[in-house]
Amino acid sequence: MNADLTSLVVVAPLLVPLAAAVASTVSAGRPRVQQAIGLGGAILLLGSALVLARAVAAAGQVRTALGGWDAPFAIEFVADGVGASLVVLAAVMGLTALLFQQDDTDPAPASPAFVPLVHAFLAGACGAFLTGDLFNLYVWFEVVLIASLGLLVLGKERRHLDGALTYFVLNVVGTLFVLVGVALVYAATGHLNYVAIAHATMADPYRVLPFVAVLSVGFLVKAGAFPLFAWLPATYHTLPAPALALFAALGTKVGVYALLRTGGAVFPTVAPLMSDLLGWVAVGTMVTGVLGAAYHWDIRRILAFHSISQVGYILLGIALGTPGGAQGALVFALHHSLVKGSLFLIAALVCREAGSYDLRHIGGLSSARPWLAALFLLQALSLVGIPPLSGFWAKFLVVRETLVLGHVVWAATALAVGALTLYSMLKIWLEAFWRAHPREDWQPPPGARPASAIAAAGLAAVTTAFGLWPEPVLRFTFMAATVLHTRP
Amino acid sequence: MTTRAVLLEVVVRTLYPGMLLFSLWLLVRGHNEPGGGFIGGMVAVAATAVRAVATGSADAARRMPLGPLRLAAAGVGLALLSGLPAVVTGRPYLTHLWAELPLAVTSVKVSTVLLFDLGVYLSVWGALGGIAAYMIGLDERDGEVRP
Repeated sequence: MNADLTSLVVVAPLLVPLAAAVASTVSAGRPRVQQAIGLGGAILLLGSALVLARAVAAAGQVRTALGGWDAPFAIEFVADGVGASLVVLAAVMGLTALLFQQDDTDPAPASPAFVPLVHAFLAGACGAFLTGDLFNLYVWFEVVLIASLGLLVLGKERRHLDGALTYFVLNVVGTLFVLVGVALVYAATGHLNYVAIAHATMADPYRVLPFVAVLSVGFLVKAGAFPLFAWLPATYHTLPAPALALFAALGTKVGVYALLRTGGAVFPTVAPLMSDLLGWVAVGTMVTGVLGAAYHWDIRRILAFHSISQVGYILLGIALGTPGGAQGALVFALHHSLVKGSLFLIAALVCREAGSYDLRHIGGLSSARPWLAALFLLQALSLVGIPPLSGFWAKFLVVRETLVLGHVVWAATALAVGALTLYSMLKIWLEAFWRAHPREDWQPPPGARPASAIAAAGLAAVTTAFGLWPEPVLRFTFMAATVLHTRP
Repeated sequence: MTTRAVLLEVVVRTLYPGMLLFSLWLLVRGHNEPGGGFIGGMVAVAATAVRAVATGSADAARRMPLGPLRLAAAGVGLALLSGLPAVVTGRPYLTHLWAELPLAVTSVKVSTVLLFDLGVYLSVWGALGGIAAYMIGLDERDGEVRP
């Protein structure tokens, strides 16, 4: 491929959402134009993400140095299999969220700031997935943080501001850890570029170990890991439904991605020193998340707590420190984002049809809305890990690699947490779908909401396709994990 | 801030165009000497801020071309666009291109860097100037008539 096209292919997933954010800001006064720009931008982003993934599949890795400067001074953008697959994920989720917003499923009034903020969020996430430089990683974290904060305060009620403040304070602490860690690593090595840092720290990992630990604490806050996840259950349920799906899919994944990248490629000799600790953090995250989910009655809180436990599985894959573990973590991250994103959208549809998110006040949907029940069942079973759905492959990869490396306790915890997941999903199923509605005169509200149903079902179709025909994804992620762990 | 400060108004009205010209000069000079888009933009923000103090935040925001939000958006858009000519001609994104613009006896160097810097200038002026004018406006009473 020519040099010119490579550069464009790598930066297009950044430029498209940035341009869409600008264009939708300018057109904020005309909702129809703005919606068209938002959806068009998301489709274009998906296209450019797929082109990037194709280029990565062919070459293993594509990179461009902005402005044509030489390494290690250049600001580099590097797309490998890990970054490219997450960029595709971000594009799919962005398109889904914007599509879902076309209907009135979420009762909150449409805000002119929604579309620009979604695209700014996508730009930040794609930037983090594609940058080849530790400081720029921090900058993209900030972009995601600011866009998230904007989405959190869209509601303007007290509970929204409450959630936004919690989110802001805890995440700024996390971001500060990242910034201080970046500064310390820079002071110790004189480099910010991933490859240059990897070379500089190869010989003496103990010298930078404390600095990498500071950096990792920041990433763990972002990922929602035990015991630093307090921001996540405090904020998720205050978001408008489409933004919630976006958060659930990408919010924690940025932190998870940073851990995967730094552990695999930036500090390959330092990360193994921390892997046992990270493994126990993963176990704690799995267990606390799923227990929190078992306690709650609000569907969104159940799903949010459950997200924490799923982050635990991803962290477990990263903690193993092998290409197999990295592949498991990546597949799990992709699977969980799509399934949890669609479950949050399904929850919004349940709330619209049955009148509440609280399981104690709803019911009767399996006879009134059988298609919604089928959709929920499909995604819930995938989350539990029933073969041949996508969750089975994700869990299989992580647990198999854990057992291969001889960590029997970790693997047993992972399987036990799966059983508790089944309990949470059964609770939603029994209360919202199976039993009769507590109000006898209850009727689902009239009117079809096709766009939001298509958005939720589209995600379900993608995950089901992956479950039934996993080979392309497994091949791509295997290549991605191998490239990630190849010493430059 | 309830009464008009006539002296301040007169001084600011005279200063305002001068400050904007100075900010533009900083922008253009910035390539080889101290200055540039960010610093020029900050001087423009200062101009907007004194204007907001003297003649009211609404007047200050109205005097920003396109209005604060669109100005900032246009700036970001311009900065993004400035990297595209490089891609079209087969170089990495944001590689900046230079050309000599002949003018009768002398010639002027023009480049896509200036476009990028102008984008930074506009987005700084739009975003920070808008915030400054809004915050200064919080002090004004409702319904107060400003010239």
